[in-house]
Amino acid sequence: MQPTSHRFIDNAHEALHNETLQQALANVRVNFIEKRRIAVEALPEFDDLRKAGRDIRDRVLSDLDTHLLAFEAKVQAQGGQVHWCADAEAARKTVLKICQEAGAKRVTKGKTMIGEEIGINDYLEANHIEPVETDLGEYIIQLRHEAPSHLIAPAVHVTQKQVEETFRKAHRDLDPKRNLEEPSSLLAEAREKLRQRFLSADVGITGANFLVAETGTSVIVTNEGNGDLTQTLPRVHIALASIDKVVPTLDDLTVLLRLLARSATGQEMSVYTTLSTGPRRADDHDGPGAYHVVILDNGRSKLLGTEKQDLLRCIRCGACLNHCPIYHAVGGHAYGWVYGGPIGAALTPALVGLEEAHHLPNASTLCGRCEQVCPMQIPIPNILRHWREEELRRGLAPVAMRRGIGIWAFFAKRPVLYRLATRIGARLLRNFAGKKGRLARVPLAPPVLTQGWTDMRDLPAPSGKTFHALYRQRRTGSS
Amino acid sequence: MTAQSNTVKRPRVALFVTCLVDLFRPTVGFASIKLLEDAGCDVEVPSVQTCCGQPAYNSGDSINAADIARQVIDAFEGYDYVVAPSGSCGGMISKHYPDLLAADKDYADRARKLAAKTFELTQFLVDVRKVDKVTARLDGSVTYHDSCSSLREMGVKAQPRKLLASVGGLTFKELPDGESCCGFGGTFCVKYPEISNRMVEEKTDNIVKTGAGLLLAGDLGCLLNMAGKLKRQGSAVQARHVAEVLAGMTDEPAIGEGER
Repeated sequence: MQPTSHRFIDNAHEALHNETLQQALANVRVNFIEKRRIAVEALPEFDDLRKAGRDIRDRVLSDLDTHLLAFEAKVQAQGGQVHWCADAEAARKTVLKICQEAGAKRVTKGKTMIGEEIGINDYLEANHIEPVETDLGEYIIQLRHEAPSHLIAPAVHVTQKQVEETFRKAHRDLDPKRNLEEPSSLLAEAREKLRQRFLSADVGITGANFLVAETGTSVIVTNEGNGDLTQTLPRVHIALASIDKVVPTLDDLTVLLRLLARSATGQEMSVYTTLSTGPRRADDHDGPGAYHVVILDNGRSKLLGTEKQDLLRCIRCGACLNHCPIYHAVGGHAYGWVYGGPIGAALTPALVGLEEAHHLPNASTLCGRCEQVCPMQIPIPNILRHWREEELRRGLAPVAMRRGIGIWAFFAKRPVLYRLATRIGARLLRNFAGKKGRLARVPLAPPVLTQGWTDMRDLPAPSGKTFHALYRQRRTGSS
Repeated sequence: MTAQSNTVKRPRVALFVTCLVDLFRPTVGFASIKLLEDAGCDVEVPSVQTCCGQPAYNSGDSINAADIARQVIDAFEGYDYVVAPSGSCGGMISKHYPDLLAADKDYADRARKLAAKTFELTQFLVDVRKVDKVTARLDGSVTYHDSCSSLREMGVKAQPRKLLASVGGLTFKELPDGESCCGFGGTFCVKYPEISNRMVEEKTDNIVKTGAGLLLAGDLGCLLNMAGKLKRQGSAVQARHVAEVLAGMTDEPAIGEGER
C-alpha cells in the first residue's frame, strides 16, 4: 500500500468535509467507549490484568528471538512451516510461492492487518489469483476498493446505506426489489455470496492475533466465524503475523485474551477464539493439509532496545483509536497508511519512515487518553514526543517551527529579557484589542504563528500588564 | 477555610505563575496567592521564572527544554512546595522533568525531588492543605472543563469540584463528554487548525448544552481556546480560571470579554 501520510493535512481536510464519513465516525465514540467502560468496570482486577499483560509482553520482547525460534521448532515438529520475512516484498513473494505451489486460483482471507501492510490482495490479483475477503467489514471495503480505517472495524467509515449501495452494485444477480434496510438482511446477502467462495477456495489466509511458542499455535479471534472457515476449509492455511505476536505459553495467552476483547469491543471474549496447531493430523476430521506461518519484521526489530520498544506490546485492540479525539475527527484513512489513530501515529514512522509520516506524531495534543485506555499501557504520547525529537534532530521539522521555538527559547532562558518582551507584548495586544477584550486577528504577527488560531477563534486579549510587572508594583508600593 | 494551627510552621510555597497567566491574566496569579495564603502558606514568587519549557519539550526540542527545566529547578528547589495554577505546567514539572533530566548527573535527583513537591493549585489546597471550603460567592451556574494534563497526569478531578461546591450561590453542571480534549494542545492548535477547530467546536457545543452561564477550568491554555471559540461563535457563555471564582476575584471582565 502506497502511503499518503505526507498528505495528512489534506487528507484531514477532506475527511472533515466528508459528511457521510462524519456521520459514520459519530458512531465510533458513542458505541465503543461506552461498551469498554462497562466491561472494564465489571472486572475489578482489570488494572492488575493490564500489569500482568504488560509484563508478559515485556518479557517476550526482552528475549524475542528465543521465543520466536521456540515457536518455529514447535510448528515444524507438527508438520508445519515457518517463513521469516524481513520486509513486505519478501512476505508477498513467500505467500505467492505457497499459493502457486498449491495450484491456487482462489484464496479466501480472514482479517489480517499484516496482509494490508504487505498489500497482499493487489499482489495476488496481479498474479492471477483471486483474493476473497470473508470478514464482513473487509468484504465491504474490498468491494469498494478501500483500505480498512480501523484495526478491528475495518469498514467503520462506511454507513449502512453505503453498504447497501455497494452490494447492489457488486452483486449483479441481486433482486432490485429486495429489502436491504436491516443490518441482518445485509449480513444474509454477504453470507450467501461468501458461502460459495469458502467452498471453492484453494488457500485460506488469516492473520494471527497471537502465536503461542509452547504449542506452535496461531490464534485468531473473530465475531463472525469466517476466520474458522478460512483456515479449516481450504487445502492450505497461511497465517500472516509479525514478529511481535509471539507469547510464551497458553496461560499467557489467556491473560491477553481477557484484555483484548474487553478493550476492543467491551466483550468478555470474542464470539470465536480459534487455535490452529499444525496441519491436519491423520485422525482429524478436517483441517488444511498444509500449515504455513509467515512472520514479518518490516522494521519492527529496529525498535527493540530503543525508547519506542513499548510499541511492540500492542495487541491491536483499537481502544486508543476509539478514545482519540483526532481519530474521531478525521477517521483512519487520513493517517495515510495501514494503521490509524494513536498507535498508527506512533508506529507508522517506524514502518514507512519519518520523512513520509512526519505529520502523524505531530498531529496530536498529547492528551493522554490513548495511554489511559491502552491495555498494554503503551506510553504513546511519550513515543510521539520521541518522534518529534528525532524529526528536529534530523532537520525534518518545518523551518518556521524550528525558528519559532528557537527564538522563544532564547527569551525563555533569559528572564530579564523575557520580562521586557512580555511587557511589550501584553501592552501591544491590549492596545490592538482596545475595549473589545479580544482580537479577530493579530496585526504585525507572522501569519504562520497566529493565523491557525485566529482563522478559527478569537484571541482573548491580555489584561495589559503582566503578572510579574503588577506583582513588583504591588510589592514596592506596599513596602 | 480550615484554620491551620498557629503552632504549625507555615510552609513556604513558591508560586509558579505560568507564562500564560503572566502574559494574559495576572488576576489568576493574584487569586492563587490569596487562596494559598488563606490556606496558611507563605507565598513567594521567584523572579527567575519564565515558562516551564513545555513548548520546547512537546516540539521535540529537549535541549532547550532541559535548559529551562534546570533554570526552574535552580529557582524553585529551595521551597517547601511549588504550586502552579495549571495542571499542564504542574504536570511538566512533576511528571516530565525527571524524564527529561534523567541522564543529567547534576540535576536528575534534584528534578525528582522538585517533582515530588510540585502540585496543581486545587490539588495542593485540597490534598496537601486539607482545605474543604472557601468563602467566595458566585450567583449562577457554572460548568467545568478538566484539562487533559490535570485529569490524566496530575489526577485532578474531585479537588476543584469539592472547592466549588462550597462557593455560595453556585450551581455546578457537569460537562458531557468531559474527558475529551478541547483541542488546544499548545502549538497543535496553530499547526493543525482545522482538526483543533473541530475539537473545540465539539467542546463548545457541550458547554452550551449544559446551560451554564460560566465555563471554568484550571488551565489557561484550554480557557483561551474555548473562550476564543465561544466568542467567535457569538455565545454569551463566559469563561474564567477556577482560581478567580474560588478567591472571589471576579471583578475583571471574563476571558476575552470587553470592558463593562
